[in-house]
Amino acid sequence: MKGDAVVRVKNLTKLYTSGYIRTTEVVGAKNVSFDIKKGEIFCLVGESGSGKTTVGNMILRLIKPTSGKILLDGKDAFSYDKKAYWRKVQAVFQDPYSSFNFFYNVDKPLNDAFDLLENSPSKEERKKIIRSTLETIGMNPDEILGRYPHQLSGGQMQRLLIARSLIIRPSLLVADEPTSMIDASTRVAVLNELLRLKKVAKMSVLFITHDLAQAYYIGDRIAIMKKGEIIEQGPVRKVIFSPKHPYTKNLVASVPPLHERWEL
Amino acid sequence: MDKNALVVKNLKGYYRGTFGVVHAVDGVSLKVDEGERVGIAGESGCGKSSFAQLITGTTTPLLHYEGGQVKVYGYDIWKISPEKMRKEVKCKLMSYVPQAMLNSLNPTKRVREFIADMMRERTGRKYSIDEVREMAIEHFERLGLDGYVLDVYPHELSGGMAQRVITAISTLGSPKLLITDEPTSALDVTSQKRMIKLMIDIQREGIIKSLICISHDLAALNQLCDRIVIMYAGVFVEDGRVDEVINNPFHPYTRMLMDSLLPLEPETKDKELSSISGVVPDLRNPPPGCRFHPRCDQCMEICTRKEPPEVEKDGRIVKCWLYTKIGEKGKRVKRHLERR
Repeated sequence: MKGDAVVRVKNLTKLYTSGYIRTTEVVGAKNVSFDIKKGEIFCLVGESGSGKTTVGNMILRLIKPTSGKILLDGKDAFSYDKKAYWRKVQAVFQDPYSSFNFFYNVDKPLNDAFDLLENSPSKEERKKIIRSTLETIGMNPDEILGRYPHQLSGGQMQRLLIARSLIIRPSLLVADEPTSMIDASTRVAVLNELLRLKKVAKMSVLFITHDLAQAYYIGDRIAIMKKGEIIEQGPVRKVIFSPKHPYTKNLVASVPPLHERWEL
Repeated sequence: MDKNALVVKNLKGYYRGTFGVVHAVDGVSLKVDEGERVGIAGESGCGKSSFAQLITGTTTPLLHYEGGQVKVYGYDIWKISPEKMRKEVKCKLMSYVPQAMLNSLNPTKRVREFIADMMRERTGRKYSIDEVREMAIEHFERLGLDGYVLDVYPHELSGGMAQRVITAISTLGSPKLLITDEPTSALDVTSQKRMIKLMIDIQREGIIKSLICISHDLAALNQLCDRIVIMYAGVFVEDGRVDEVINNPFHPYTRMLMDSLLPLEPETKDKELSSISGVVPDLRNPPPGCRFHPRCDQCMEICTRKEPPEVEKDGRIVKCWLYTKIGEKGKRVKRHLERR
């Protein structure tokens, strides 16, 4: 096995079943295999219902796969202690507004992050680390700390969650549509932050999105999903600008271009 | 009858509630000729949807009309009686497709029954199912929709299909002006393309004459519209032909917005894109002068205290001091803007 793969996913399958007498099955993911190397941004792209989030949730251990394996640093993901696992795998979700508890100020999730660490630092040190982390992602700690979630914009909240995962320093960050609820004008800030994570902290990122353009901007490799299966994967430039599969071709052709017009 | 499809003059609409007064639409003017496809773009919280509600006369409870004039083919919609509005203007001259469109279909009725209901309301007589089918099927097929969608319940339709069905229903009465709010934003890219094609087809077939489309997606508007209006914090800042505005934006806001977009082009990966610093101002208390000045990188002293005039330049309207005599020699205010 190659040494530099942080996460290796092999034939991952998830069937959602319902009913006891007449059981019906819905395919969430089918035979999904890929690996993510250290310091790489791997993008999972597909239309709604293609199973991107199912794969992300399985890697986060939020749902159990029906069959298949997830290997983190060469060891089965489900053999880890939960706390130890989440020390290594962290997430940023779609909706920043539901990721925060509105009754506490934003210092709390940042402080709580330390509890996940093995030797958590003292109170004074924590404060220092929080301030320096916020500064590294280009936020002014005095403007952010002590505020409540409703006083921040969606983009700021999403970047705070990225800062939080920077405190834990996981080997993998699962970013599930982190920009879909943010305005186009601030979206780039979140993407740039992920790029910086990759560069500075050598963190691997699984970036889940429906937007090919975003995947192209930040990704190294990309996998296109359709109905639970990966139908094409490879380097972003190759997959997007010289696609092999007809579905990918159609998908790329459907993205409205900004500088030219379709003949309709 | 008036030749202009829509004339809006100094329209104002505020939200009033315990939270205070939100100046959502604050003195905008717009003229849409017959045959035009106009897009209105901007960030969320800029008042795009409030504008759509105001020009169609269907405001949500807290939004109040505060002044100005809206004329749809000569009908001053805030002056005429609701009954006249319902009988003469809606569906005949103007149709409005609001944002969360799935909510506007009746979940307990099949699409054909819903259409029958709507026809009865509009015309005052009852329709049998066969009559409805006959009438609707031709219209639906002209728009490339299968006839079977008439017999299903709304929950059986996918998001893209539902959006197209709603658009088809709202154009049943051949309104001259169609106003749609975010028609493509909840859809996958392949459905988006179909939706854009549908709207162009409706106009080409002569079912509607003019279209106003509100969206935050500039790339989609680029495919759909001829003309684009950029809205920021309750006012229109730029108005011009869509290709000109996108390729050579005048207003600093438009330019910064264009810089933050991610087009799917080979060059995107090598560019370093940056977002606009700051947030859309709280419209309860909009900044004095130009509303964009706290986030603008070309800000001058006058921008902070006096509202900019609407300047006409190369066939475009720009609301910015930069394009006036003052702007040519005005000193820029030096400051540090966080661009990330």
